[in-house]
Amino acid sequence: MKVRSHITQNEALLFEMGSPGKIGYQLPSLDVPAVDAAATLGQENVRAEIEGFPEVSEVEAIRHFTRLSTWNYAIDLGLYPLGSCTMKYNPRVNELVARLDGLAWAHPYQPEALAQGAMEVMARLEAALAEITGMDAVTLQPAAGAHGELTGILLIRALLEKRGNPRKKILIPDSAHGTNPATAAIAGYAVENIHSNARGMVDLAELERVVDKDVAALMMTNPNTLGVFDDNMAGVAEIMHKKGALVYMDGANMNALVGITRPGDFGVDVMHLNLHKTFSTPHGGGGPGGGPVAVKKILEPFLPAPRMKRLRNRWAFDYKRPRAIGKVRAYYGNFGVIVRALAYILAHGGDGLRNATVDAVLNANYIRRKLEPFYDLPYTAPNMHEVVFSDDRQAKLGVRTGDIAKRLIDYGFHPYTVSFPLIVHGALMIEPTETESKLELDLFIEAMTAIAKEVETDPQLVRSAPHSTRTSKVDEVGAARRPILRWKPREIQAAH
Amino acid sequence: MVEACGVESAEQLFSHLPDGVRLKRPLNLAPGVSEYDIVDYFRARAAECANGYASFLGAGVYAHYRPVLVDTVVSRGEFLTSYTPYQAEISQGTLVTIFEFQTMICQLTGMEVANASMYDGSTAVPEAAMMAARITGRDGVLVARSVHPEYREVLLTYARNQGMPVQEFGYNNDSGAAELADLESKITDATAAVIVQSPNFFGVIENVKKLAEIAHRHGALLVFIFTEAVSLGLLEPPAEADIVAGELQSFAISPSFGGPFAGIIATKEKFMRQMPGRLVGETVDSRGNRAFCLTLATREQHIRREKATSNICTNQALIALMATVFMTVYGKRGLRELAEQNLAKAHYLGAKLKPRFTGAYFNEFVAATNGKTPDAINQSLLKKKIIGGVPLSRWYPELENSMLLCVTEMNKREHMDQLVEAWQ
Repeated sequence: MKVRSHITQNEALLFEMGSPGKIGYQLPSLDVPAVDAAATLGQENVRAEIEGFPEVSEVEAIRHFTRLSTWNYAIDLGLYPLGSCTMKYNPRVNELVARLDGLAWAHPYQPEALAQGAMEVMARLEAALAEITGMDAVTLQPAAGAHGELTGILLIRALLEKRGNPRKKILIPDSAHGTNPATAAIAGYAVENIHSNARGMVDLAELERVVDKDVAALMMTNPNTLGVFDDNMAGVAEIMHKKGALVYMDGANMNALVGITRPGDFGVDVMHLNLHKTFSTPHGGGGPGGGPVAVKKILEPFLPAPRMKRLRNRWAFDYKRPRAIGKVRAYYGNFGVIVRALAYILAHGGDGLRNATVDAVLNANYIRRKLEPFYDLPYTAPNMHEVVFSDDRQAKLGVRTGDIAKRLIDYGFHPYTVSFPLIVHGALMIEPTETESKLELDLFIEAMTAIAKEVETDPQLVRSAPHSTRTSKVDEVGAARRPILRWKPREIQAAH
Repeated sequence: MVEACGVESAEQLFSHLPDGVRLKRPLNLAPGVSEYDIVDYFRARAAECANGYASFLGAGVYAHYRPVLVDTVVSRGEFLTSYTPYQAEISQGTLVTIFEFQTMICQLTGMEVANASMYDGSTAVPEAAMMAARITGRDGVLVARSVHPEYREVLLTYARNQGMPVQEFGYNNDSGAAELADLESKITDATAAVIVQSPNFFGVIENVKKLAEIAHRHGALLVFIFTEAVSLGLLEPPAEADIVAGELQSFAISPSFGGPFAGIIATKEKFMRQMPGRLVGETVDSRGNRAFCLTLATREQHIRREKATSNICTNQALIALMATVFMTVYGKRGLRELAEQNLAKAHYLGAKLKPRFTGAYFNEFVAATNGKTPDAINQSLLKKKIIGGVPLSRWYPELENSMLLCVTEMNKREHMDQLVEAWQ
């Protein structure tokens, strides 16, 4: 049994606590003469006090955030089986090294001679990611996965433009993440969806049919969002390349491949990686991430400036990149995330990274075997790092995937990914990662099995879950219908 | 476990992969090392960077003191190792802090709604431009040359592929502020957005009211950018702007060689549904208690796919939390006092070096180098363990013999005096 009840405290919003004049800071005394702001800047440029801004003591501040933190679930509390999110353990040594003064306080415009260590870190990560993906060059500039996608598609556009025609369409399988079509649109392309075949893979016959001279690229995820490795990759790449189009791979699921197979070796031209998935940097409640893009040689001239180059005995930034797509972000990327990802790679080494992949796939297959008797498995192809069930059996009794997910919370787990991918009816998408021990997996399996039985004996219990949380089922429909996106003083709220 | 999976070894789980795609050798990476070795490696790299230098670098990335409480809070595993708060019942901690963040950004900027964060200030700019295009149904963008050069480069990358023509308008050679006459001559009824930054890249405070008046007279929106968030503790908020796109790095986010930072987009309530990025809203749970959840998701990529307002998914939540803790610790009084210290220190140095532009400035200004080259001055300063300013000729050939200097609460008077000596 994983759960027992535990005290949690109530906590007001910052704006409802404290009192006028209360402070939680102390500045050093000023070592130059004070100036009069209105006289220096002009009265019209000086603001009145910031209405509503917090006025709390240091103790109130730390209690506020600590109490709030106890209302969260986290990997540090247990299995976090969100499919496609790769919620693995975030090593704490990574946090320590990212905060070392020379790295954390490095200014992007400080002289290169005084930034060699930071540049070496970037160069080493670029090299490691090129080896892991089997690609020729890597840019670390994109800030997250979707940003990497955009960078990758712009690279494709730049190459095709140079060849004379940027083309009009990007093909995207119906199993794709929502970021893929959104990215294609921002890169100025129309989106054409293609259907998966009965095994959940790209249908070669359909691909052959739809690829024409208007198609710039195929954006695919491999393993796809069913956790299935597309074993037609060679055929896919051949069809695309024959028509002068390129293959983009969304690397969200790279945790299934590291050390086993390399996208660069199966026909991929450009891909992104999620440092906050495969390479253990913390998700932090929704970021920061890191979305490096790895490319084949033909795309290298278009990578955003600056690139790093090795001079005789030092690193230098090269801004002379006449064919570059332009910058996708100021400076060089989410450097602090880059440091953490390199620390993870150094800790594991080549063998360790491969072992992590094997363990991640073993864990997912173990869950599949144990839960197959209780949940429908619509796609039976061998799975890699995640497994996707359907709620078909439970839906007949009026219980949907979202209900099962909420009930899982009562058993002490974060839910899996709900209702995605869209090609599975009522999907339960489960990714355990290599982090979890058999003990934790067995507790999860026990919970999922117990819920499957509850669906049969007491479906209302499941439908009305969660029952044990301090916040019960949240009215999301109401939130969207009448959006309240900021706190306002009571009298203003009342007047609304 | 292997047995339960019906295989003889875990390796067998990969036997369905076509032989041709299997990597038949170990990855060519150094063997794994201990925690001690990792710390040792990064300490050595950190030692190869500037350590113990005083610095006058700003230009979009500022050295401000980071209150200890910030790392105490963001190091809690409950914040650090949680995912995007899709499951509201067990994510109220993150959701409440984002709601507080959105509120404080509104209070600071004079806007009515703010999102949960963008990647950084530079990427918030094209997002704001695309938002303005959706709202106005126009596609032209006019951006001031006094906007951060790298931000303008990022804007161009996005705009080129959105079919949005971008035109620049100049700055006044005396004041350093955006040249209103140039804006007037270039704005048309196809202009969706006029983009300005204040304090601008030269540190000069722009006349937001006047710029907004010109933009609005032509049916365009004013997009206001800030890179130095501390200035908002003292300067009049850009309430006349339609969209505010900014960078919060100054709020306890280490310079970290350029990232991770946290950008924001804030706007008027009437434009709320055209915003990119995540939003947290207030609601109730089934027992009637106040609760929070992600909301208006129908703008976003996971619902709308190619019709979404942006492709952004992962944002900068933990970094935004740093800024939230920073704003809480300093609070109403502290943020103003901090801004006043920055103002006093920058003007102490400014009075001695005589800024190149006459416009009012906050904590950054351009100084002419009086016959010496910026590089010569910076080289002589490095010998005293002082990093000087950013030479401007890289982006502004006409400002060849001048550099951008920034002074914050972390710059000591003795270093400023040494810097002045190097000028002589």
